[in-house]
Amino acid sequence: MFKYWNPNIERMPIEDLHKLQEDRLRSVVRFVYAHSDFYRQRFEEVGVVPEDIKELSDITKLPFTTKIDLRNTYPTGMFCLPGDWVVRYHVSSGTTGKPTVVGYTQGDVDMWTDSLARALTSIGLGRGDVIQVGYGYGLFTGGLGLHYGAEKIGATVLPIGAGNTERQIELMQDLGSTAIACTPSYFLHINEVAQKMGVSIRDDTKLKAGIFGAEPWSDETRRRIEEATGIKAYDIYGASEMSGPLFTECHLQNGIHIWADLFLIEAIDPKTGEHVEDGERGELVVTTLDKWAFPLIRYRMGDLTIVNNEPCECGRTHPRIMRILGRTDDMIIVRGINVFPSQVESVLMRIPEVGDNYQIIVDRKGPLDVMTVKVEVTESTFSDKISDLMTLSKMVGKELKNVLNITAEVELVEPGTIPRSMGKAQRVIDNRKV
Amino acid sequence: MGVIKQISIFMENKPGRMARVAKTLSDADVNIRALTIAEAGDFGVIRMVVDDTEKGYRVLRDGGFTVSETDVLAVEIKDIPGGLYEIVDTLGENDINMDYAYAFVTAKAERAMLILRVDDTKRAAQVLNETGVRIATRVEIQNI
Repeated sequence: MFKYWNPNIERMPIEDLHKLQEDRLRSVVRFVYAHSDFYRQRFEEVGVVPEDIKELSDITKLPFTTKIDLRNTYPTGMFCLPGDWVVRYHVSSGTTGKPTVVGYTQGDVDMWTDSLARALTSIGLGRGDVIQVGYGYGLFTGGLGLHYGAEKIGATVLPIGAGNTERQIELMQDLGSTAIACTPSYFLHINEVAQKMGVSIRDDTKLKAGIFGAEPWSDETRRRIEEATGIKAYDIYGASEMSGPLFTECHLQNGIHIWADLFLIEAIDPKTGEHVEDGERGELVVTTLDKWAFPLIRYRMGDLTIVNNEPCECGRTHPRIMRILGRTDDMIIVRGINVFPSQVESVLMRIPEVGDNYQIIVDRKGPLDVMTVKVEVTESTFSDKISDLMTLSKMVGKELKNVLNITAEVELVEPGTIPRSMGKAQRVIDNRKV
Repeated sequence: MGVIKQISIFMENKPGRMARVAKTLSDADVNIRALTIAEAGDFGVIRMVVDDTEKGYRVLRDGGFTVSETDVLAVEIKDIPGGLYEIVDTLGENDINMDYAYAFVTAKAERAMLILRVDDTKRAAQVLNETGVRIATRVEIQNI
Protein backbone atom coordinates (compact mmCIF):
# COMPACT_ATOMS: atom_id res chain seq x y z
CA MET A 1 0.00 0.00 0.00
CA PHE A 2 2.99 2.35 0.45
CA LYS A 3 3.23 3.53 -3.14
CA TYR A 4 4.99 6.69 -4.25
CA TRP A 5 4.90 8.56 -7.54
CA ASN A 6 8.21 10.30 -6.96
CA PRO A 7 9.84 8.68 -3.91
CA ASN A 8 13.04 10.74 -4.03
CA ILE A 9 11.13 13.97 -3.67
CA GLU A 10 8.31 12.71 -1.49
CA ARG A 11 10.65 11.15 1.11
CA MET A 12 13.43 13.73 0.84
CA PRO A 13 15.10 14.43 4.21
CA ILE A 14 13.66 17.58 5.73
CA GLU A 15 16.96 19.52 5.72
CA ASP A 16 17.38 18.87 1.99
CA LEU A 17 13.79 19.86 1.39
CA HIS A 18 14.36 23.14 3.22
CA LYS A 19 17.48 23.85 1.16
CA LEU A 20 15.55 23.19 -2.02
CA GLN A 21 12.78 25.52 -0.84
CA GLU A 22 15.31 28.21 0.00
CA ASP A 23 16.89 28.05 -3.47
CA ARG A 24 13.54 28.12 -5.17
CA LEU A 25 12.21 30.93 -2.97
CA ARG A 26 15.18 33.11 -3.94
CA SER A 27 14.54 32.35 -7.63
CA VAL A 28 10.85 33.10 -7.54
CA VAL A 29 11.37 36.36 -5.66
CA ARG A 30 13.95 37.51 -8.22
CA PHE A 31 11.66 36.39 -11.01
CA VAL A 32 8.53 38.27 -9.91
CA TYR A 33 10.58 41.40 -9.14
CA ALA A 34 12.03 41.37 -12.63
CA HIS A 35 8.86 40.45 -14.50
CA SER A 36 5.93 42.11 -12.76
CA ASP A 37 5.16 45.76 -12.13
CA PHE A 38 2.63 44.69 -9.56
CA TYR A 39 5.13 42.79 -7.41
CA ARG A 40 7.93 45.34 -7.86
CA GLN A 41 5.61 48.06 -6.61
CA ARG A 42 4.52 45.92 -3.66
CA PHE A 43 8.11 45.16 -2.71
CA GLU A 44 9.01 48.85 -2.92
CA GLU A 45 6.09 49.76 -0.66
CA VAL A 46 7.56 47.69 2.16
CA GLY A 47 11.17 48.51 1.21
CA VAL A 48 12.36 45.04 0.28
CA VAL A 49 14.55 43.93 -2.63
CA PRO A 50 15.20 40.34 -3.79
CA GLU A 51 18.68 40.39 -2.21
CA ASP A 52 17.06 40.69 1.24
CA ILE A 53 15.67 37.19 0.90
CA LYS A 54 18.50 34.84 1.84
CA GLU A 55 16.91 32.12 3.91
CA LEU A 56 13.43 30.73 4.50
CA SER A 57 12.78 32.83 7.58
CA ASP A 58 13.27 35.98 5.51
CA ILE A 59 9.90 35.30 3.92
CA THR A 60 8.22 37.40 6.60
CA LYS A 61 9.87 40.46 5.04
CA LEU A 62 7.72 40.01 1.93
CA PRO A 63 4.29 41.61 1.58
CA PHE A 64 1.08 39.56 1.57
CA THR A 65 -1.11 39.33 -1.50
CA THR A 66 -4.85 38.64 -1.47
CA LYS A 67 -7.83 37.91 -3.63
CA ILE A 68 -8.53 41.64 -3.64
CA ASP A 69 -5.24 42.22 -5.49
CA LEU A 70 -6.26 39.61 -7.99
CA ARG A 71 -9.59 41.33 -8.57
CA ASN A 72 -8.03 44.79 -8.78
CA THR A 73 -5.58 43.63 -11.43
CA TYR A 74 -8.27 41.85 -13.47
CA PRO A 75 -7.76 40.26 -15.88
CA THR A 76 -4.04 39.49 -16.04
CA GLY A 77 -2.26 42.20 -14.06
CA MET A 78 -0.56 39.68 -11.74
CA PHE A 79 0.77 37.50 -14.55
CA CYS A 80 4.57 37.41 -14.76
CA LEU A 81 5.00 36.15 -18.33
CA PRO A 82 3.61 37.54 -21.58
CA GLY A 83 0.54 35.96 -23.14
CA ASP A 84 2.41 33.85 -25.69
CA TRP A 85 3.82 31.75 -22.82
CA VAL A 86 0.37 30.98 -21.52
CA VAL A 87 -1.18 27.71 -22.72
CA ARG A 88 -4.37 27.90 -20.69
CA TYR A 89 -6.65 30.17 -18.66
CA HIS A 90 -9.01 29.22 -15.88
CA VAL A 91 -11.53 31.71 -14.55
CA SER A 92 -13.26 31.60 -11.19
CA SER A 93 -17.01 32.01 -11.23
CA GLY A 94 -16.97 35.24 -9.29
CA THR A 95 -19.97 34.35 -7.14
CA THR A 96 -18.48 36.35 -4.30
CA GLY A 97 -17.14 39.23 -6.37
CA LYS A 98 -15.53 39.97 -9.71
CA PRO A 99 -14.21 36.90 -11.55
CA THR A 100 -10.51 36.13 -11.23
CA VAL A 101 -8.28 34.83 -14.02
CA VAL A 102 -5.31 32.49 -13.66
CA GLY A 103 -2.92 31.33 -16.39
CA TYR A 104 -0.48 28.48 -16.92
CA THR A 105 2.62 27.82 -18.98
CA GLN A 106 3.05 24.27 -20.26
CA GLY A 107 5.47 23.75 -17.36
CA ASP A 108 2.86 25.02 -14.88
CA VAL A 109 0.32 22.53 -16.21
CA ASP A 110 2.93 19.76 -15.90
CA MET A 111 3.70 20.77 -12.30
CA TRP A 112 -0.01 20.72 -11.45
CA THR A 113 -0.40 17.31 -13.07
CA ASP A 114 2.64 15.96 -11.25
CA SER A 115 1.33 17.20 -7.90
CA LEU A 116 -1.93 15.32 -8.44
CA ALA A 117 -0.13 12.23 -9.73
CA ARG A 118 1.73 12.06 -6.42
CA ALA A 119 -1.49 12.64 -4.50
CA LEU A 120 -3.58 10.05 -6.34
CA THR A 121 -0.77 7.50 -6.03
CA SER A 122 -0.59 8.17 -2.30
CA ILE A 123 -4.19 7.02 -1.83
CA GLY A 124 -3.41 3.84 -3.72
CA LEU A 125 -4.80 4.64 -7.17
CA GLY A 126 -3.00 3.81 -10.39
CA ARG A 127 -3.16 1.76 -13.55
CA GLY A 128 -6.33 -0.33 -13.66
CA ASP A 129 -8.41 2.14 -11.72
CA VAL A 130 -11.35 3.91 -13.31
CA ILE A 131 -11.62 7.43 -11.96
CA GLN A 132 -14.95 9.14 -12.44
CA VAL A 133 -14.33 12.88 -12.53
CA GLY A 134 -17.52 14.50 -11.26
CA TYR A 135 -16.09 17.97 -10.85
CA GLY A 136 -17.11 20.55 -13.41
CA TYR A 137 -15.00 20.80 -16.56
CA GLY A 138 -14.30 24.08 -18.24
CA LEU A 139 -13.37 27.34 -16.58
CA PHE A 140 -13.49 25.67 -13.16
CA THR A 141 -10.19 23.95 -12.37
CA GLY A 142 -11.62 20.85 -10.68
CA GLY A 143 -12.50 18.73 -13.70
CA LEU A 144 -9.47 19.29 -15.91
CA GLY A 145 -7.05 19.17 -12.96
CA LEU A 146 -8.18 15.76 -11.77
CA HIS A 147 -8.45 14.60 -15.37
CA TYR A 148 -4.78 15.23 -16.18
CA GLY A 149 -3.57 13.85 -12.84
CA ALA A 150 -5.57 10.66 -13.27
CA GLU A 151 -4.35 10.09 -16.84
CA LYS A 152 -0.78 10.69 -15.73
CA ILE A 153 -0.85 7.76 -13.28
CA GLY A 154 -2.25 5.50 -15.97
CA ALA A 155 -5.77 5.28 -14.62
CA THR A 156 -8.79 5.34 -16.90
CA VAL A 157 -10.67 8.62 -16.74
CA LEU A 158 -14.43 8.88 -16.98
CA PRO A 159 -14.79 12.63 -17.68
CA ILE A 160 -18.46 12.94 -16.85
CA GLY A 161 -18.32 16.32 -15.08
CA ALA A 162 -20.86 17.52 -12.54
CA GLY A 163 -24.58 16.79 -12.70
CA ASN A 164 -26.68 14.25 -14.55
CA THR A 165 -26.85 12.15 -11.40
CA GLU A 166 -28.66 9.08 -12.72
CA ARG A 167 -26.19 8.80 -15.57
CA GLN A 168 -23.35 9.06 -13.05
CA ILE A 169 -24.74 6.01 -11.28
CA GLU A 170 -25.39 4.01 -14.45
CA LEU A 171 -21.91 4.62 -15.83
CA MET A 172 -20.36 3.98 -12.43
CA GLN A 173 -21.90 0.51 -12.64
CA ASP A 174 -21.41 -0.14 -16.34
CA LEU A 175 -17.78 0.99 -16.56
CA GLY A 176 -16.76 -0.14 -13.10
CA SER A 177 -15.58 3.15 -11.60
CA THR A 178 -13.26 2.47 -8.67
CA ALA A 179 -12.92 6.09 -7.57
CA ILE A 180 -14.95 9.27 -7.87
CA ALA A 181 -13.89 12.88 -7.50
CA CYS A 182 -16.57 15.46 -6.68
CA THR A 183 -17.80 17.63 -3.83
CA PRO A 184 -18.78 15.67 -0.70
CA SER A 185 -22.28 17.15 -0.76
CA TYR A 186 -22.73 16.02 -4.35
CA PHE A 187 -21.57 12.51 -3.51
CA LEU A 188 -24.15 12.33 -0.72
CA HIS A 189 -26.72 13.35 -3.30
CA ILE A 190 -25.48 10.65 -5.69
CA ASN A 191 -25.87 8.11 -2.91
CA GLU A 192 -29.38 9.33 -2.19
CA VAL A 193 -30.39 9.04 -5.84
CA ALA A 194 -28.72 5.61 -6.12
CA GLN A 195 -30.85 4.35 -3.24
CA LYS A 196 -33.98 5.59 -4.98
CA MET A 197 -32.88 3.73 -8.12
CA GLY A 198 -32.40 0.60 -6.05
CA VAL A 199 -28.61 0.69 -6.49
CA SER A 200 -26.34 0.09 -3.51
CA ILE A 201 -22.98 1.79 -3.97
CA ARG A 202 -21.49 -0.73 -1.57
CA ASP A 203 -22.84 -3.88 -3.25
CA ASP A 204 -23.63 -2.94 -6.82
CA THR A 205 -20.56 -0.88 -7.78
CA LYS A 206 -16.79 -1.27 -7.59
CA LEU A 207 -16.29 2.15 -6.02
CA LYS A 208 -13.62 2.08 -3.32
CA ALA A 209 -12.42 5.66 -3.01
CA GLY A 210 -13.86 9.16 -3.13
CA ILE A 211 -11.74 12.27 -3.57
CA PHE A 212 -13.81 15.01 -2.03
CA GLY A 213 -13.19 18.73 -1.83
CA ALA A 214 -13.97 22.19 -3.20
CA GLU A 215 -16.01 22.86 -0.07
CA PRO A 216 -15.20 22.47 3.64
CA TRP A 217 -16.42 19.20 5.14
CA SER A 218 -16.01 17.46 8.46
CA ASP A 219 -14.64 14.18 9.76
CA GLU A 220 -18.16 13.31 10.84
CA THR A 221 -19.30 13.59 7.22
CA ARG A 222 -16.37 11.39 6.23
CA ARG A 223 -17.54 8.71 8.67
CA ARG A 224 -21.09 9.03 7.43
CA ILE A 225 -20.02 8.60 3.80
CA GLU A 226 -17.75 5.68 4.60
CA GLU A 227 -20.36 3.89 6.70
CA ALA A 228 -23.15 4.46 4.21
CA THR A 229 -21.28 3.40 1.08
CA GLY A 230 -18.28 1.33 2.16
CA ILE A 231 -15.81 3.55 0.27
CA LYS A 232 -12.83 5.43 1.69
CA ALA A 233 -13.33 9.19 1.60
CA TYR A 234 -10.24 11.33 1.04
CA ASP A 235 -9.90 15.06 1.45
CA ILE A 236 -8.44 17.04 -1.46
CA TYR A 237 -7.19 20.61 -1.31
CA GLY A 238 -6.27 23.32 -3.74
CA ALA A 239 -7.54 26.55 -5.23
CA SER A 240 -7.51 28.06 -8.68
CA GLU A 241 -4.93 30.65 -7.55
CA MET A 242 -2.56 27.78 -6.68
CA SER A 243 -3.42 25.91 -9.96
CA GLY A 244 -6.53 23.99 -8.95
CA PRO A 245 -6.92 20.84 -6.87
CA LEU A 246 -3.37 19.77 -5.96
CA PHE A 247 -3.05 17.84 -2.73
CA THR A 248 -4.81 14.97 -0.98
CA GLU A 249 -4.42 12.90 2.11
CA CYS A 250 -2.45 9.69 1.77
CA HIS A 251 -4.09 6.33 2.46
CA LEU A 252 -3.61 6.95 6.21
CA GLN A 253 -6.13 9.82 6.02
CA ASN A 254 -4.26 11.94 8.50
CA GLY A 255 -3.81 15.37 6.95
CA ILE A 256 -3.30 16.65 3.43
CA HIS A 257 0.26 16.44 2.12
CA ILE A 258 1.44 19.76 0.71
CA TRP A 259 4.36 19.23 -1.68
CA ALA A 260 7.01 21.48 -0.19
CA ASP A 261 9.21 21.50 -3.29
CA LEU A 262 6.32 23.15 -5.15
CA PHE A 263 4.65 25.31 -2.51
CA LEU A 264 5.88 27.06 0.60
CA ILE A 265 3.16 27.35 3.23
CA GLU A 266 2.77 29.43 6.37
CA ALA A 267 -0.01 29.72 8.95
CA ILE A 268 -0.72 33.21 10.23
CA ASP A 269 -3.04 34.91 12.66
CA PRO A 270 -5.58 36.52 10.29
CA LYS A 271 -5.73 39.64 12.46
CA THR A 272 -2.05 40.37 13.08
CA GLY A 273 -0.42 38.63 10.11
CA GLU A 274 2.12 37.04 12.49
CA HIS A 275 2.99 33.34 12.32
CA VAL A 276 0.94 31.23 14.73
CA GLU A 277 2.64 28.73 17.05
CA ASP A 278 3.19 25.22 15.71
CA GLY A 279 -0.02 23.23 15.95
CA GLU A 280 -2.23 26.32 16.26
CA ARG A 281 -5.00 27.19 13.91
CA GLY A 282 -4.13 29.88 11.40
CA GLU A 283 -4.89 31.22 7.96
CA LEU A 284 -3.00 29.42 5.22
CA VAL A 285 -0.54 31.56 3.24
CA VAL A 286 1.01 30.19 0.07
CA THR A 287 4.11 31.03 -1.98
CA THR A 288 4.57 29.14 -5.23
CA LEU A 289 8.03 27.70 -5.86
CA ASP A 290 7.63 26.22 -9.33
CA LYS A 291 4.89 28.08 -11.12
CA TRP A 292 5.73 30.86 -13.53
CA ALA A 293 2.93 32.41 -15.61
CA PHE A 294 1.07 33.26 -12.44
CA PRO A 295 3.29 32.88 -9.39
CA LEU A 296 2.09 33.82 -5.92
CA ILE A 297 4.01 35.53 -3.16
CA ARG A 298 2.55 35.08 0.33
CA TYR A 299 -0.98 34.76 -0.98
CA ARG A 300 -3.57 34.66 1.79
CA MET A 301 -5.84 31.74 0.99
CA GLY A 302 -8.57 32.67 3.47
CA ASP A 303 -8.68 29.02 4.59
CA LEU A 304 -8.18 28.23 8.26
CA THR A 305 -6.17 25.15 9.10
CA ILE A 306 -3.44 23.69 11.27
CA VAL A 307 -0.04 22.99 9.72
CA ASN A 308 1.69 19.82 10.87
CA ASN A 309 5.41 19.66 10.07
CA GLU A 310 5.94 16.16 11.47
CA PRO A 311 6.76 13.58 8.80
CA CYS A 312 3.85 11.24 8.09
CA GLU A 313 3.91 7.52 8.92
CA CYS A 314 3.57 6.89 5.20
CA GLY A 315 7.17 8.05 4.83
CA ARG A 316 6.48 11.41 3.26
CA THR A 317 8.40 14.27 4.83
CA HIS A 318 6.37 17.14 3.42
CA PRO A 319 4.17 19.20 5.75
CA ARG A 320 0.53 18.36 6.15
CA ILE A 321 -2.43 20.62 6.67
CA MET A 322 -5.11 19.22 8.88
CA ARG A 323 -8.69 19.46 7.64
CA ILE A 324 -9.72 22.94 6.50
CA LEU A 325 -11.72 24.27 9.42
CA GLY A 326 -13.48 26.89 7.36
CA ARG A 327 -12.75 30.00 5.41
CA THR A 328 -12.22 33.36 7.02
CA ASP A 329 -14.95 34.66 4.74
CA ASP A 330 -17.28 31.69 5.55
CA MET A 331 -17.29 32.63 9.18
CA ILE A 332 -20.53 34.13 10.36
CA ILE A 333 -20.75 36.25 13.45
CA VAL A 334 -23.95 35.65 15.35
CA ARG A 335 -24.58 37.76 18.40
CA GLY A 336 -20.87 38.50 18.55
CA ILE A 337 -19.82 34.84 18.45
CA ASN A 338 -17.83 33.38 15.59
CA VAL A 339 -19.53 30.42 13.96
CA PHE A 340 -18.07 28.25 11.22
CA PRO A 341 -20.49 26.18 9.17
CA SER A 342 -18.06 23.27 9.59
CA GLN A 343 -18.68 23.31 13.36
CA VAL A 344 -22.41 23.06 12.80
CA GLU A 345 -21.81 20.24 10.35
CA SER A 346 -19.71 18.19 12.73
CA VAL A 347 -22.41 18.45 15.40
CA LEU A 348 -25.19 17.43 13.02
CA MET A 349 -23.37 14.53 11.41
CA ARG A 350 -22.86 12.91 14.81
CA ILE A 351 -26.64 12.65 15.21
CA PRO A 352 -27.92 9.65 13.25
CA GLU A 353 -31.54 10.85 13.19
CA VAL A 354 -30.50 13.85 11.14
CA GLY A 355 -30.18 13.67 7.34
CA ASP A 356 -27.07 14.47 5.32
CA ASN A 357 -28.17 17.94 4.26
CA TYR A 358 -28.50 21.04 6.37
CA GLN A 359 -28.74 24.78 6.02
CA ILE A 360 -27.95 27.65 8.34
CA ILE A 361 -30.10 30.74 8.13
CA VAL A 362 -29.24 33.93 9.94
CA ASP A 363 -31.84 36.65 10.38
CA ARG A 364 -32.00 39.81 12.38
CA LYS A 365 -35.14 40.20 14.47
CA GLY A 366 -35.10 43.65 16.04
CA PRO A 367 -31.68 44.05 17.64
CA LEU A 368 -31.06 40.30 17.86
CA ASP A 369 -29.44 37.86 15.45
CA VAL A 370 -31.38 34.66 15.14
CA MET A 371 -29.67 31.56 13.77
CA THR A 372 -31.88 28.81 12.47
CA VAL A 373 -30.51 25.42 11.53
CA LYS A 374 -32.66 23.42 9.15
CA VAL A 375 -32.24 19.67 9.24
CA GLU A 376 -34.05 16.96 7.34
CA VAL A 377 -35.90 14.21 9.19
CA THR A 378 -34.77 10.85 7.87
CA GLU A 379 -37.32 8.18 7.16
CA SER A 380 -35.51 5.49 9.11
CA THR A 381 -35.95 7.37 12.36
CA PHE A 382 -39.36 8.93 11.90
CA SER A 383 -41.63 7.37 14.50
CA ASP A 384 -45.06 9.02 14.14
CA LYS A 385 -44.84 10.39 17.66
CA ILE A 386 -44.78 14.16 17.98
CA SER A 387 -42.95 13.84 21.27
CA ASP A 388 -40.05 11.96 19.61
CA LEU A 389 -39.72 14.73 17.03
CA MET A 390 -39.78 17.41 19.72
CA THR A 391 -37.10 15.50 21.61
CA LEU A 392 -34.96 15.30 18.47
CA SER A 393 -35.29 19.01 17.79
CA LYS A 394 -34.41 19.84 21.41
CA MET A 395 -31.46 17.46 21.37
CA VAL A 396 -30.01 19.00 18.20
CA GLY A 397 -30.42 22.46 19.74
CA LYS A 398 -28.67 21.35 22.92
CA GLU A 399 -25.73 19.78 21.06
CA LEU A 400 -25.31 22.92 18.94
CA LYS A 401 -25.40 25.08 22.06
CA ASN A 402 -22.71 22.91 23.68
CA VAL A 403 -20.32 23.36 20.78
CA LEU A 404 -21.15 26.85 19.49
CA ASN A 405 -22.11 28.52 22.74
CA ILE A 406 -25.12 30.15 21.18
CA THR A 407 -28.73 29.16 20.99
CA ALA A 408 -29.87 28.05 17.56
CA GLU A 409 -33.43 27.44 16.54
CA VAL A 410 -33.77 24.01 15.04
CA GLU A 411 -36.26 23.50 12.26
CA LEU A 412 -37.12 19.98 11.21
CA VAL A 413 -37.93 19.87 7.52
CA GLU A 414 -39.05 17.24 5.05
CA PRO A 415 -36.34 15.28 3.29
CA GLY A 416 -35.37 16.63 -0.11
CA THR A 417 -36.48 20.18 0.67
CA ILE A 418 -33.01 21.60 1.32
CA PRO A 419 -31.59 22.38 -2.14
CA ARG A 420 -28.98 19.90 -3.42
CA SER A 421 -26.06 21.17 -5.40
CA MET A 422 -23.92 19.63 -8.12
CA GLY A 423 -20.93 21.68 -7.04
CA LYS A 424 -20.34 23.71 -3.93
CA ALA A 425 -23.26 23.47 -1.51
CA GLN A 426 -24.73 26.68 -0.18
CA ARG A 427 -24.82 26.04 3.56
CA VAL A 428 -25.38 29.54 4.88
CA ILE A 429 -28.08 32.05 4.03
CA ASP A 430 -27.47 35.34 5.75
CA ASN A 431 -30.56 37.52 5.54
CA ARG A 432 -29.17 40.27 7.76
CA LYS A 433 -28.91 43.63 6.10
CA VAL A 434 -25.84 45.03 7.78
CA MET B 1 -56.69 -9.98 15.50
CA GLY B 2 -58.08 -6.77 14.05
CA VAL B 3 -54.90 -4.72 14.11
CA ILE B 4 -54.66 -2.36 11.13
CA LYS B 5 -51.92 -0.13 9.78
CA GLN B 6 -52.07 3.61 9.91
CA ILE B 7 -49.84 5.76 7.68
CA SER B 8 -48.04 8.67 9.36
CA ILE B 9 -46.38 11.43 7.36
CA PHE B 10 -43.93 14.02 8.60
CA MET B 11 -44.86 17.43 7.25
CA GLU B 12 -43.62 20.97 7.56
CA ASN B 13 -46.28 23.42 8.65
CA LYS B 14 -46.46 25.35 5.37
CA PRO B 15 -49.11 26.17 2.78
CA GLY B 16 -49.54 23.56 0.08
CA ARG B 17 -47.89 20.67 1.92
CA MET B 18 -51.13 18.87 2.68
CA ALA B 19 -52.22 19.39 -0.93
CA ARG B 20 -49.13 17.50 -2.13
CA VAL B 21 -50.02 14.55 0.08
CA ALA B 22 -53.64 14.56 -1.05
CA LYS B 23 -52.65 14.80 -4.72
CA THR B 24 -50.19 11.95 -4.45
CA LEU B 25 -52.88 9.70 -3.00
CA SER B 26 -55.50 10.89 -5.43
CA ASP B 27 -53.25 10.23 -8.43
CA ALA B 28 -52.70 6.69 -7.16
CA ASP B 29 -56.41 6.21 -6.62
CA VAL B 30 -56.00 5.62 -2.90
CA ASN B 31 -59.03 6.53 -0.79
CA ILE B 32 -58.64 8.11 2.65
CA ARG B 33 -60.93 6.63 5.29
CA ALA B 34 -59.96 8.77 8.24
CA LEU B 35 -57.40 11.46 8.83
CA THR B 36 -56.08 13.68 11.58
CA ILE B 37 -53.31 16.25 11.80
CA ALA B 38 -51.23 16.72 14.91
CA GLU B 39 -49.25 19.92 14.78
CA ALA B 40 -46.32 21.11 16.82
CA GLY B 41 -45.27 24.57 15.69
CA ASP B 42 -43.08 24.35 12.60
CA PHE B 43 -44.02 20.82 11.75
CA GLY B 44 -46.79 18.32 12.12
CA VAL B 45 -47.67 14.70 11.60
CA ILE B 46 -50.56 13.59 9.42
CA ARG B 47 -52.04 10.30 10.42
CA MET B 48 -54.45 8.49 8.18
CA VAL B 49 -56.16 5.22 7.52
CA VAL B 50 -56.63 4.47 3.83
CA ASP B 51 -58.28 1.71 1.84
CA ASP B 52 -55.02 0.36 0.40
CA THR B 53 -52.29 0.91 2.96
CA GLU B 54 -49.47 -0.78 1.06
CA LYS B 55 -50.06 1.23 -2.08
CA GLY B 56 -50.59 4.45 -0.13
CA TYR B 57 -47.35 3.92 1.77
CA ARG B 58 -45.45 3.11 -1.41
CA VAL B 59 -46.59 6.10 -3.47
CA LEU B 60 -45.95 8.51 -0.61
CA ARG B 61 -42.49 7.08 -0.06
CA ASP B 62 -41.65 7.27 -3.74
CA GLY B 63 -42.98 10.82 -3.73
CA GLY B 64 -40.22 11.70 -1.29
CA PHE B 65 -42.29 11.99 1.88
CA THR B 66 -41.09 10.77 5.26
CA VAL B 67 -43.61 8.05 6.02
CA SER B 68 -44.02 5.38 8.63
CA GLU B 69 -46.59 2.71 9.39
CA THR B 70 -48.09 2.33 12.85
CA ASP B 71 -50.34 -0.34 14.33
CA VAL B 72 -53.74 0.99 15.36
CA LEU B 73 -57.18 -0.40 16.16
CA ALA B 74 -60.36 0.62 14.34
CA VAL B 75 -63.08 0.22 16.96
CA GLU B 76 -66.78 0.49 16.32
CA ILE B 77 -68.57 2.93 18.64
CA LYS B 78 -72.18 2.21 19.48
CA ASP B 79 -74.36 5.17 18.54
CA ILE B 80 -75.86 5.56 22.04
CA PRO B 81 -74.95 7.65 25.11
CA GLY B 82 -72.03 5.98 26.85
CA GLY B 83 -70.71 4.39 23.63
CA LEU B 84 -67.27 5.99 23.96
CA TYR B 85 -67.23 5.56 27.73
CA GLU B 86 -67.49 1.79 27.43
CA ILE B 87 -64.37 1.67 25.30
CA VAL B 88 -62.12 4.02 27.21
CA ASP B 89 -63.26 2.63 30.56
CA THR B 90 -62.33 -0.89 29.48
CA LEU B 91 -58.90 0.29 28.46
CA GLY B 92 -58.42 2.25 31.69
CA GLU B 93 -59.51 -0.68 33.84
CA ASN B 94 -56.93 -2.84 32.11
CA ASP B 95 -54.19 -0.26 32.55
CA ILE B 96 -53.78 0.35 28.82
CA ASN B 97 -52.72 3.88 27.91
CA MET B 98 -54.13 5.70 24.91
CA ASP B 99 -51.64 7.77 22.88
CA TYR B 100 -54.25 9.33 20.65
CA ALA B 101 -57.56 8.64 18.97
CA TYR B 102 -59.66 10.05 16.19
CA ALA B 103 -63.13 9.21 14.98
CA PHE B 104 -64.91 8.99 11.67
CA VAL B 105 -68.35 8.09 10.42
CA THR B 106 -68.97 5.94 7.39
CA ALA B 107 -71.95 6.79 5.29
CA LYS B 108 -72.26 3.41 3.66
CA ALA B 109 -72.03 1.30 6.79
CA GLU B 110 -73.81 3.87 8.97
CA ARG B 111 -71.33 3.35 11.79
CA ALA B 112 -69.04 5.53 13.85
CA MET B 113 -65.47 4.26 14.10
CA LEU B 114 -62.71 5.22 16.47
CA ILE B 115 -59.07 4.86 15.39
CA LEU B 116 -57.09 4.10 18.52
CA ARG B 117 -53.36 4.16 19.14
CA VAL B 118 -52.54 2.48 22.47
CA ASP B 119 -49.36 1.34 24.16
CA ASP B 120 -50.29 -2.34 23.92
CA THR B 121 -52.29 -2.94 20.76
CA LYS B 122 -52.71 -6.71 21.04
CA ARG B 123 -53.96 -6.67 24.62
CA ALA B 124 -56.28 -3.73 23.90
CA ALA B 125 -57.83 -5.69 21.05
CA GLN B 126 -58.28 -8.67 23.34
CA VAL B 127 -59.95 -6.87 26.26
CA LEU B 128 -62.22 -4.86 23.98
CA ASN B 129 -63.24 -8.03 22.23
CA GLU B 130 -64.09 -9.64 25.56
CA THR B 131 -66.45 -6.78 26.48
CA GLY B 132 -68.22 -7.20 23.14
CA VAL B 133 -66.78 -4.17 21.34
CA ARG B 134 -66.43 -4.79 17.64
CA ILE B 135 -63.05 -4.24 16.05
CA ALA B 136 -62.88 -3.75 12.32
CA THR B 137 -60.47 -5.86 10.29
CA ARG B 138 -58.26 -4.70 7.47
CA VAL B 139 -60.64 -6.11 4.91
CA GLU B 140 -63.59 -4.29 6.44
CA ILE B 141 -61.74 -0.97 6.34
CA GLN B 142 -60.87 -1.67 2.73
CA ASN B 143 -64.47 -2.35 1.81
CA ILE B 144 -66.27 0.27 3.84
